[in-house]
Amino acid sequence: MTNPYLPIPYKILEVRQETDIDYTYKVAYSGQLIGGQFMEISIPGVGEAPISICGFDDKSLEMTIRKVGRLTDQIFSLKKDDTLYMRGPYGNGFDLEKFRGKDVAFIAGGTGLAPVRKTIDYFIRNKDEVKNLEVLIGFKSPSDQLFVDDIKRWSVDNNITVTVDQGDENWTKETGLITKHITKLDLSDVKNKVAVVVGPPIMMKFTTLELIKKGFQEENIWVSFERKMSCGIGKCGHCKIDETYVCLEGPVFNYVKAKTLID
Amino acid sequence: MGYKLSNTGFNEYIQQLKERYRLFAPVLESKKGKFAQTDVIAYGEIEKFDDMILESKSYYSPKEIFFPIRETLFYFMKDTIETPKINEKPVIIFIRPCDLNGIRRLDSIFLKNGEEVDFYYLRRRELVKFIMIECLEGFDTCFCVSMNSNIALDYDAVIRVEENVVSLKVVDDKLEAPVLSNTDKVEFEPEFIKENKVKVTIPNVDLVSKETFNNDIWKEYTSRCIACGRCNTSCITCSCYTMQDVKLSDDKSIGERRRVWAGCHVDGFSDMAGGHNFRDKNGERMRYKTMHKVNDFYKRFDEHMCVGCGRCDDVCPEYISFSKCINKLNEIVEEGKNYD
Repeated sequence: MTNPYLPIPYKILEVRQETDIDYTYKVAYSGQLIGGQFMEISIPGVGEAPISICGFDDKSLEMTIRKVGRLTDQIFSLKKDDTLYMRGPYGNGFDLEKFRGKDVAFIAGGTGLAPVRKTIDYFIRNKDEVKNLEVLIGFKSPSDQLFVDDIKRWSVDNNITVTVDQGDENWTKETGLITKHITKLDLSDVKNKVAVVVGPPIMMKFTTLELIKKGFQEENIWVSFERKMSCGIGKCGHCKIDETYVCLEGPVFNYVKAKTLID
Repeated sequence: MGYKLSNTGFNEYIQQLKERYRLFAPVLESKKGKFAQTDVIAYGEIEKFDDMILESKSYYSPKEIFFPIRETLFYFMKDTIETPKINEKPVIIFIRPCDLNGIRRLDSIFLKNGEEVDFYYLRRRELVKFIMIECLEGFDTCFCVSMNSNIALDYDAVIRVEENVVSLKVVDDKLEAPVLSNTDKVEFEPEFIKENKVKVTIPNVDLVSKETFNNDIWKEYTSRCIACGRCNTSCITCSCYTMQDVKLSDDKSIGERRRVWAGCHVDGFSDMAGGHNFRDKNGERMRYKTMHKVNDFYKRFDEHMCVGCGRCDDVCPEYISFSKCINKLNEIVEEGKNYD
């Protein structure tokens, strides 16, 4: 009988600082992954938590971790060549087929950029697979920006909008809430335009409402939920919303389903 | 095969089973009640027939026998991870029909929800056989008949306990014992309770709407419920748990990961890193639990989770009645009536 709860040790290949409180950990890993899935990561004796996979290749995966609790505090003391325990991957992730050939806008707020980063990156590298690609990213302030190098690379020859709620004197990009910038998207064929919205609950709520107001079809909107999954395998009950288990049927949901879920 | 035994004869049967099994039944836990100097009836290992308490309902369900309150998943020792061994002597649980049906609900969550099978649940669960206790009267708060859980047929043996006589039907040959070969053989089929004092009507799942979730009936529980979680811990079907890591040695090189029971009524259940919480108000938690027990679970497993054992009503310090809550829920669903 296999024991799905056993964590497996993996080697940390690289630690990259994103902000004062967000670091990206690159871990040696080979196996099938889908952008938007998550791992249960742990430090023995400290704890375990679900973390989104924000990038991967054949030999590694990346996770961006914010220092917000007991486990993540400890993770911040880990360095290159240290061991991180993981089990997974869990969840459905973003199915690329849903976006191929479409006019797609990715809209991400704050750490919500992490789960969708791999999917954005894929279509930036394979632009011929989509009809049109736009990315709208919001952060609280310039110092909260994540994946600055990626965004710089993506911005070459692509329609990428970056906004912060509150800028500073050096800020040259957009300011204001993400909802304010939806009009910057190409809405000429809004009925067939696909949107992916990932971010804090309040951002996802108001962004999806705004998209619908602008004429997006509900079935063309995709969101990704964040919940406290203790097990990741449909047993512990923490991520259950109505009859839906976010760890099993999510975390990526079509808006038609997502709008019916009441916590 | 059915047998008729005297109390002494049945006790001898228990003694013979004990050679091969650990036997659990409702027992009196002296001075362990919720108030000082009071007793409580809970599931415990029995030595003899007399230890079994059948005249009252057990305060706690039998789930903790194979889904322990705290269970070590593994020990960490430097770079090794070791899963602890468990007592592998098989177990017999004396159980009422409602609880036996409740265990099928637990099986659904741990063994059938998602693709993974719960290793820790299964290895304990596989050791268990059930001797059902015929239950014809029920107790004041029971509503098993309304929940269709008054009848259970997946028992390994069943007993009817009357004054000085115990009737026994053995289905699983492994529960035969030498004492039975010298015992009167009779035809014995268990009967089941046909009516409880308490009745509930479960709303049709197809009629439950978003408005049901947002209805004002839940607000009442915000002021009444104190989020103690007794309803969760006494429930035969509550299966939620949380992972917990503990360091066991001073130099922090040895530790363990456990899982501990968690309750959706208790603070912290839905907390996420950074402090976000999805059900701050206790009324929202009551709504969440109620809908899980009589609506959501049904959509995944074609039967309701609640089996109507009524323990949540028995244990609530605020006298919140789950059966009354279900009936209120049904009213608002049926009539679209809004309680202000």
